[in-house]
Amino acid sequence: MSFVLVQVIVGGLLLGAVYALFSSGLTLVWGMMNVVNFAHGDFVMVGMYVAYVVYTLLGGGPLVGAPLATLLLATLGIVVYFGLIRDIMKGPMLAQILGTFGLALLLRYSVFWWFGANFLSLPENLVGGTFDIGGIRIQASRLLAGVVALLVTLGLHLLLTRTTLGSRMLAVAEDSTAAQLMGIRPDTMQAIAWAIAAGATGLAGALIATFFYVVPTVGETLGIVAFVTVSLGGFGSVPGALVAGLLIGVIESLSGYLIGAVYKDMVVYALFLGFLWFRPQGLMGKS
Amino acid sequence: MRRYVWLLIALALVIAYPWVFSTPFQQRLGALVLLYAIAASAWNIIGGYAGQVSVGHVVFFGCGAYAAMGAYAHYGLSPLVGIPAGFAASVAIAAVIGVPTLRLAGHYFSMATIAVAELARLIVTNTDYLGAAVGLSGPTVPRNVFDLSFISALPYYYLFLIVLAITLVITWWMARSRMGFYLRAIKDSERAARSLGAPASRTKLHAYMLSAGLTSVAGALYAMMFGFVDPESGLGILISVKILIMAALGGAGLLFGPLVGAAILVPLEEISNAWLGGKGAGLTFVVYGAIIMLIARFQPGGILALVNRLLSKRKGAPHAP
Repeated sequence: MSFVLVQVIVGGLLLGAVYALFSSGLTLVWGMMNVVNFAHGDFVMVGMYVAYVVYTLLGGGPLVGAPLATLLLATLGIVVYFGLIRDIMKGPMLAQILGTFGLALLLRYSVFWWFGANFLSLPENLVGGTFDIGGIRIQASRLLAGVVALLVTLGLHLLLTRTTLGSRMLAVAEDSTAAQLMGIRPDTMQAIAWAIAAGATGLAGALIATFFYVVPTVGETLGIVAFVTVSLGGFGSVPGALVAGLLIGVIESLSGYLIGAVYKDMVVYALFLGFLWFRPQGLMGKS
Repeated sequence: MRRYVWLLIALALVIAYPWVFSTPFQQRLGALVLLYAIAASAWNIIGGYAGQVSVGHVVFFGCGAYAAMGAYAHYGLSPLVGIPAGFAASVAIAAVIGVPTLRLAGHYFSMATIAVAELARLIVTNTDYLGAAVGLSGPTVPRNVFDLSFISALPYYYLFLIVLAITLVITWWMARSRMGFYLRAIKDSERAARSLGAPASRTKLHAYMLSAGLTSVAGALYAMMFGFVDPESGLGILISVKILIMAALGGAGLLFGPLVGAAILVPLEEISNAWLGGKGAGLTFVVYGAIIMLIARFQPGGILALVNRLLSKRKGAPHAP
């Protein structure tokens, strides 16, 4: 067990925490409304570009970029809910898939059109330096991203389980008609859920933009990661997404280190398909 | 009876098209419309009739394209030989993917098919036998007519028209058969269909395999027309998306829906690319995205469903009491 291996695992955990953060947004919306957002990864991508603009063009740091990306994406989430989701969630499944897929294309290619298809990367020293903890070297940007993501994901879990707002949202998820009779507006709660889910992607995007590659098609990869995470963790479960996200981060890092960087996505997709083969019942419901 | 008259008129117009619009650009456009209509009609079998939204059909498209180019590049055979090989491979792949994923609820199937498509693209990109990132090329100079390498788009136009006609006849026949009734029942309510004794899993799987095989033919024809295939043109997720959107725009689950969708979207893309140049590629898909959202929001049945409703309303009006 070399230091390098420990370093790879720690790096995987930190990245996994960010995966957990945006995946918990997907799982929240899915569990509450039974709507799968195929544009979820592209929300993260938009968050990355918002952060990119703040970091490079406006000269702000992560302290400005991250809250701004969170707020903008939360607003986008609300707009998307009232403009699209509210209507298609009652429609046939084809409409749901098409609607969110169309949204994904719209976001992806608007960014493509505006910024071009090139890989953008942020200045290396945006979040300065590298820490050395007992021989394990960790980039400050990854540490910041991982820790913030972990804390926010835990906070989200507490929000859902320990507050009145959380109880109301869960009530709507359980039975929206009954909740309505108790004086809870399902529409408002669902809009809030979309704001939270999209805000989480904005924050996650701003956090990983400091060390990840920034390109319009990144949302596709991240969307699949979110889906794998939610499938593994059980839909609707934020703690499940957290555990699964960390696990996927580690698996990805390890396979990138042990087999080669080009294979790390393959391993995740293959894992997902293998999981579908052998444990589909584990995916189907809350059981 | 009148329906058949209209059908014959439409067919005559389609046959006459390349003589009326005879510039190379227009002929090529016509051929592309028919090509995408083949792929979208094939998708329609599983996505429209069975209601299982596959977003990974590019796997089969690529399978056909690589089989056709591989037959030439590795064995010096006519790309035509690749068609049955690609068909068989696609049906086999569909069976392997379909058995686990078709058991799943709709969203999972869609997402699993995306994952399969991405996995296939990554594997092919890293496989030297399949040309890795560069891809495979067809014959640069045709040796004989069986290489199906023509400079004019005209031969392709009629070839694609014949294949499209075959695809539509198969679809029409399937929709009227026992299988078609099962599929419609499953689409409406799988649980109800099962409880009435419809073999849901098997029927969906057969539809998926049929759809996959026909999609591979479209892929093979595409590769022959363009003379090469690489991971982006043969296995890029956007091809899946285009196929799906065309079918849904025209009318998923309707025989001529995919053709109508292709006849709208292919010219839109080609013309906007011609006008806007490379910059247009992004904008085209912005428009695609907006269109697909609008269909989902306002007209999930597609354009043909809307037309049918308007027609039946007009016809029905005098009879109303």
